[in-house]
Amino acid sequence: MTSGTTTGGVPRAARVAVVALPLAFLAVFFVYPVLAIVGRGLAPHWSADLDPLGKVVTDAALRHIAWFTVWQATLSTVLTVAVGIPGAYVLARCDFPGRRLVRALVTVPFVLPTVVVGSAFVALLGDGGPLASLGLDQTLGAILIAHVFFNYAVVVRTVGSLWSHLDPRPEEAARTLGASRLRAFREVTLPALRPAIAAASAVVFLFTFTSFGVILILGGPGTATLETEIYRQTAQFLNLPLAAALTVVQLVAIVLLLLLTSWMEGRQRVTLSLRAATETLRRPRTAGARLFVGANLTLMAVLLGVPVGVLVVRSFDTPTGLGLDFYRALGEVHAGSTLFVEPVHAIANSLRFAVAATVIAVVVGGCAAFALAWSHRRGLDTLVSLPLGVSAVTVGFGFLIALDDAPLDLRDSWWLVPIAQALVAVPFVVRVMSPVLRAIDPRLRDAAATLGASPARVWREVDLPIVARAALVAAGFAFAISLGEFGATVFIVRPDEPTLPVLVYRLLGQPGPLNFGGAMAASVILMALTAVAILGIERFRAGTVGTF
Amino acid sequence: MLGVAGLTVTYDGFSAVDAVDLEVGDREIVCILGPSGSGKSSLLRAVAGLEPDARGRVSWDGEDLARVPPHRRGFGLMFQDHALFPHRDVQGNVAFGLRMQRLPRRDIDARTRDTLALVGLAGFEHRRIRELSGGEQQRVALARALAAEPRLLMLDEPLGALDRALRERLVAELRALFVRLGLSTLFVTHDHDEAFALADRLVIMHAGHIEQVGAPAAVWQRPANAFVARFLGWNVTSAFTDAPAAVRPDGVRVVEQHEHPDAVAGEVSARTFHRDHFLVAVRVDALHADAEPVQVEVPVDAAHIPDVGDRVALVAHAGDLVRFD
Repeated sequence: MTSGTTTGGVPRAARVAVVALPLAFLAVFFVYPVLAIVGRGLAPHWSADLDPLGKVVTDAALRHIAWFTVWQATLSTVLTVAVGIPGAYVLARCDFPGRRLVRALVTVPFVLPTVVVGSAFVALLGDGGPLASLGLDQTLGAILIAHVFFNYAVVVRTVGSLWSHLDPRPEEAARTLGASRLRAFREVTLPALRPAIAAASAVVFLFTFTSFGVILILGGPGTATLETEIYRQTAQFLNLPLAAALTVVQLVAIVLLLLLTSWMEGRQRVTLSLRAATETLRRPRTAGARLFVGANLTLMAVLLGVPVGVLVVRSFDTPTGLGLDFYRALGEVHAGSTLFVEPVHAIANSLRFAVAATVIAVVVGGCAAFALAWSHRRGLDTLVSLPLGVSAVTVGFGFLIALDDAPLDLRDSWWLVPIAQALVAVPFVVRVMSPVLRAIDPRLRDAAATLGASPARVWREVDLPIVARAALVAAGFAFAISLGEFGATVFIVRPDEPTLPVLVYRLLGQPGPLNFGGAMAASVILMALTAVAILGIERFRAGTVGTF
Repeated sequence: MLGVAGLTVTYDGFSAVDAVDLEVGDREIVCILGPSGSGKSSLLRAVAGLEPDARGRVSWDGEDLARVPPHRRGFGLMFQDHALFPHRDVQGNVAFGLRMQRLPRRDIDARTRDTLALVGLAGFEHRRIRELSGGEQQRVALARALAAEPRLLMLDEPLGALDRALRERLVAELRALFVRLGLSTLFVTHDHDEAFALADRLVIMHAGHIEQVGAPAAVWQRPANAFVARFLGWNVTSAFTDAPAAVRPDGVRVVEQHEHPDAVAGEVSARTFHRDHFLVAVRVDALHADAEPVQVEVPVDAAHIPDVGDRVALVAHAGDLVRFD
């Protein structure tokens, strides 16, 4: 029985503007570029020409790339879920000292820029790395481990948050009815967790299917995916029709995947009885339970800690002993380098782009979140989350071919990079803000009105303070995402204005210990900047947003 | 004085409130009593101006409020489950209405302090809402509504979430408070004891309609129809009369059949204990098997307390029987 006050009395003209802004932004910077790609892919010279698309189907090498893309994503998903479920249990159900800290640390890899993950595993598995003898460098194995590292948090967080609220009594009832611990888990708990496991699997599959930076850096011959091939065809061979055709194939696959996911979500709506998370926590009592917790914590420490640790160490490990040489070298231009500027400028570029992208993303995403809270039109929801699923490479490639010519010639505009980064960040901004806006109890607005607040005042007193904190958290995420954005940026950034992730990628591609060390040092700096943004978020979140 | 005439609130074609007429006089405490889903909350929301689609007339001292938005009506509403602002502390919640009235800072602080003292929460100014118990939240919600000094105070099941002992104590406190402040009060509840204890005038509501209005004692003495009688726990039965009539469980007595030849015979089908009496359900032989059993109050100190399966004889005084026209 809610009244019509969910819009908080915002005037109609303002409401129209708030809905129109994200729609216009997405239409110009997302839908139009994607249509341009489809046009190039299906009709490169303004007449239907299915040759490039046909080539993707008939060419054995390209067919292999498509197959490998699916194969590595499937393996990555299965591995991540298998490793993540025990971890989810330990962090959701087991009470041990430092649990909250471990929960926070586990999330760190997920927010690391992809190039940092890539260079961390190069540091670990590549030449001169402590695990170089395994011979995993430039193989599927390296990619899979990096994907588990990257997406472990998705499984632990998604499955764990449901698990921590799951009523333990049905499982206890099964035990009293004679089911063994394993049997009770399989027959009672696992079915209850299935929606969360399916959701986590879908996200991990989507992320690894469109994984770009990690595969570009860690992969070798034979590990090309659709994403890396689109980049190679564009950057190395300038074969735009073929790149466009590959993008069309990828788009179709992703749309099918998203449809399949939402169909599955619709089918498995189960009513669960949920408890407060604090009620389900148990201290591990038996030796077996302690061993289980210990083994999982060790795995987390090794899987998540070692690559980052090795990265940091190797950034200081100069030929002349431990020192800051690699960091110092970032301030110089070397003879024979393909970098046009001192690498240190990349830091300033990254920060400037990220600030601009954050402002755009919060304004556009914030408007979209309001529009979603006011109406429940699913179309807008889907449109807003599409850039997330459709991959950064598509965004970058789309900008490249759509925005370099009339009617929208932004080729030389400084704003091209921040706009692309904002586009990648907008879905996250909406994800952060929309639930907060929707959760504002409409009776709070009613209460304020009966206490004498005019509609505008209601918005200022009730909606704004709640929204402002959500916007700060969203801004932190947008900043971290923009800072680490690689897939879109690498297509459109000007050679003399590289960002930190682009710098890392270029340095890794050049020979010599100084370049490698520079890549390590730049990765550490990028990681540190990201950490600052994320820690800022956690402060706001812990203080307020998470508390109601 | 609040006047409500022909008030109708419709949700998706279903009338939650259907052509209701009602008045609340100055300094009067009116209590709307009805089962859940009877439209009580919708009625309050419509009076507060929070149901934009409500039809009918709401007026104050004869002035039509149709074009007056909620924030200019000066009606306080204490929400069911309180609807406290989670992003503000106790002070921020209680002072909210005063800030809307643009009072000077000093007056706001003083009145917030006084109101918190009034509800027994002195010194709670800077506590966060989440840190409060259910009873404390209820008091903050009451203080928030009171502090703005509304010309009409409306309360929607304010004691609903609280445990029984606390409720009984708060009912007495609330009545004393309303009388002392001289407030016009419209109070909604589904709890009989709460309604009888608080109200100057009682309004029984059912399925969007008003079934009966009157002083609590008058309503309790003489329910206007079968719904009100049943809702108040009366028997509505044809056991003692030709047409169905209402009789309170304490108006029926268990007697010896041989001493009362006109007594009604039956068999005990259930028995429950209620502190100072037993409630004995009797299936009357002369009635159809589907007819409701007659509830009989038997004092705990009675010579014989019939148990399930016992044969008993019942009589009801003509003076205790209420017939409906």
